[in-house]
Amino acid sequence: MSKSLSTIFVPALGGAALVLGLAYGLSARSYGDSKIATLEGNLAQSETRENSARGEAEAQALRAADLEAQAAKLQERAAQLEQQVADLSAAGTPVAVLPVASLRSAPDGFGLGRSALPEEIAAWDIDVSPDGTGLPVGSGDALEGEEVFAEKCAACHGDFAEGVDNWPKLAGGQGTLDHEDPLKTVGSYWPYLSTTWDYVNRSMPFGAAQTLEADEVYAIVAYILYSNDLVEDDFVLSNETFAEVKLPNAGGFIIDDRLQSEAHFWKPTPCMTDCKESVEITMRARVLDVTPQEESAEAQAPAAEAVEEAAVVEPVVEPVAEPVVEVVALDPELLAKGAKVFKKCKACHKLGEGAGNGTGPLLNGIVGATAGQVDGFKYSKPMLTAGAEGLVWSEAELTAFLTKPRAYMKGTRMSFAGLRKEADIEAVITYLRSFDN
Amino acid sequence: MSDNADDFTPSRRRFLAGAAATGVGAMAASAANATQAGPDPLITEVQDWASGLGDGVDATPYGMPIQFEQDVVRRNVEWLTADTISSINFTPIHALDGTITPQGCAFERHHSGAIELRKEDYRLMINGLVDRPLVFTYADLERFPRENRVYFCECAANSGMEWAGAQLNGAQFTHGMIHNMEYSGVSLRVLLQEAGLAAAGDFKDKWVYVEGADASSNGRSIPLEKALDDVLVAFKANGEALRKEHGYPVRLVVPGWEGNMWIKWLRRIEVMDGPVESREETSKYTDTLADGVARKWTWEMDAKSVVTSPSPQAPITHGKGPLVITGLAWSGRGAITGVDVSVDGGKTWTQARLGAPGVDKALTRFYLDTNWDGSEMLLQSRARDSSGYVQPTKAELREVRGLNSIYHNNAIQTWWVKADGEAENVEVS
Repeated sequence: MSKSLSTIFVPALGGAALVLGLAYGLSARSYGDSKIATLEGNLAQSETRENSARGEAEAQALRAADLEAQAAKLQERAAQLEQQVADLSAAGTPVAVLPVASLRSAPDGFGLGRSALPEEIAAWDIDVSPDGTGLPVGSGDALEGEEVFAEKCAACHGDFAEGVDNWPKLAGGQGTLDHEDPLKTVGSYWPYLSTTWDYVNRSMPFGAAQTLEADEVYAIVAYILYSNDLVEDDFVLSNETFAEVKLPNAGGFIIDDRLQSEAHFWKPTPCMTDCKESVEITMRARVLDVTPQEESAEAQAPAAEAVEEAAVVEPVVEPVAEPVVEVVALDPELLAKGAKVFKKCKACHKLGEGAGNGTGPLLNGIVGATAGQVDGFKYSKPMLTAGAEGLVWSEAELTAFLTKPRAYMKGTRMSFAGLRKEADIEAVITYLRSFDN
Repeated sequence: MSDNADDFTPSRRRFLAGAAATGVGAMAASAANATQAGPDPLITEVQDWASGLGDGVDATPYGMPIQFEQDVVRRNVEWLTADTISSINFTPIHALDGTITPQGCAFERHHSGAIELRKEDYRLMINGLVDRPLVFTYADLERFPRENRVYFCECAANSGMEWAGAQLNGAQFTHGMIHNMEYSGVSLRVLLQEAGLAAAGDFKDKWVYVEGADASSNGRSIPLEKALDDVLVAFKANGEALRKEHGYPVRLVVPGWEGNMWIKWLRRIEVMDGPVESREETSKYTDTLADGVARKWTWEMDAKSVVTSPSPQAPITHGKGPLVITGLAWSGRGAITGVDVSVDGGKTWTQARLGAPGVDKALTRFYLDTNWDGSEMLLQSRARDSSGYVQPTKAELREVRGLNSIYHNNAIQTWWVKADGEAENVEVS
């Protein structure tokens, strides 16, 4: 394949350049000057014709300049491709055939797409490189970061970046990389601070990505550094101080060396007989017993039907005994909308049969329930107190809570910023009601 | 499962019986050319389906597998991740044959969930060191010359749970972070040329950074050389639109390289003069060696294979006699040239038959048609590829990489097939 590229494609481009070059020579010399000289020699030619020919010659000259520019461009591109082909052939990589004909007929490409506007590039091109290229102006210190972190990150990553449940631990682990089960954190493993900044900025918080201000990102990253004992609590991280911070494991990486360190896996003659003397079983998966349980097709079938049935029945909810819940059929449109809104919640909250507590409590039957009562969930003190004092999640209370959780209940563990649109809140409450116990 | 590892709880039994349909009866009559005690009512009596009518052509505008195949589904391992949104599930490779993975049961891996992005709302930007930063719509992409190629996509963490020892009991769980599809799409090279690469200067030290449109906007850096080689911007798989869980409407296909680089919901390609060193290429998808130093940029997926049947989820239910041993082999460095199978834990090897000649960076099916004498087997397969690479044993891999690599475990897998046909994931000396 690579051969066909170097022998067919490159000469094809070179050929195109040659043809264009020839056309230029003809128009500039033979067709321009000599033809005009001939015209001058022939007095029988009418003036009109002479003018027309001169005009044509001028047009040809313009066209020639244009062609010359195109030819130069093509030659440059051909040289690049030649180099690229040589590189690829050297690497032994198979190369697919280029759409030669199309490129030849459309030397400037296909003319598809449109120019990206500077505002559009600025909106999407937010990546930050190890040297800090791409960082916006801004700053934040660890103390500010602690507050933002507590509000927006701690539900999953823990108050001290130590991680909750299976969620990533961001601090600690230094000196464990050569141990069994090393703890890989920003402090112990990540080579570049730019990675932390970029990731927090583009992907976090989980479920509310790209909602952080630049200063908040600087503050959060400063706090993560502080949690890893890499800076003092008054350290101000900014686009200017960024380059001062070097992470401890920056030198802990090597580029893939399998071709050298594992060269012995390329074996000309793999062993076929008498490859070892004895074979003993040294470990068994069943002893560990960590494989998910499976059920027969028959056992699954009724369950699947039940789910389908539930889905059909959902919009018409049975009368509920709870006095605070009005007995009404739920609006299917609102339900569907609510299911969509709930995507913002489901990173932490589970719903439905067989579901349990996640980072947040299980929400089956939450509408009309007393606050802080879900079995097995570790609530914040304020939530427990509110429940003990009789707070019931009526529609009105839930609406107030979901509008601004932390303003409604200071100290709640729920780090969600709140739903801005009233219609979204109404929809999500309707959706929650379809999961009444 | 019960405390005694050798026993099965009723639910486990039901699963196995279900998989075998009439497993126990078949087991008893395992001799060659078994005789039937009496006439088979399935033959002698007129069955409902042979008398009544089936579904009309309007019953299923888009068909799902028949109800009897309900157990051929993706499964996840709950304890593996904190939640199911940033998580992975596994292709039921133990129950499939051939090489093409149906989209509906091809493994999924998301970092912020599978999003719904309409073609009309889709935009692809090419910027950075290009002559003309461009924005394409989905309709624009459909007007470029298209290619059709079959490639496997394997998560670098496939078999990652098996580094420290045999853990998960089933080929689906040990090797199911893989799928193999026929992609239709545009060569990334063509799109980059459309934007013009004169601005990139020397290609040798240049990179492209590719990122997705989902909330994780998962991004990876790829050397420009690879981007200009065989990378595809794909919008169809196995003839139809990509599924949303695989990046509808457009994903990147990076043949032979780890699945994390196959950016889904591809939204931007930036030509750069260095790698971004994003989270997914520093803190993750780097392979920590025994001394704590980690390898980075380990993109190629080394040659690997696994016996899919018999295997823990696909036990032998027919007793002695003819037995088809089958499995899958693949390599990110080229085509599979051969697969050897051992039934004695690697003492002796027999060359298996390839279902079709190996295809570059795609799955290859292998078969070994045997006559099982009913004795225990320590079943293994060993792949060889066109670069001369031979799939190593776990011991060989650990000798170089230690136990903490997580990613790129391509070691030989052992199934302990017992006299009753059950199989278990084990490690051998």
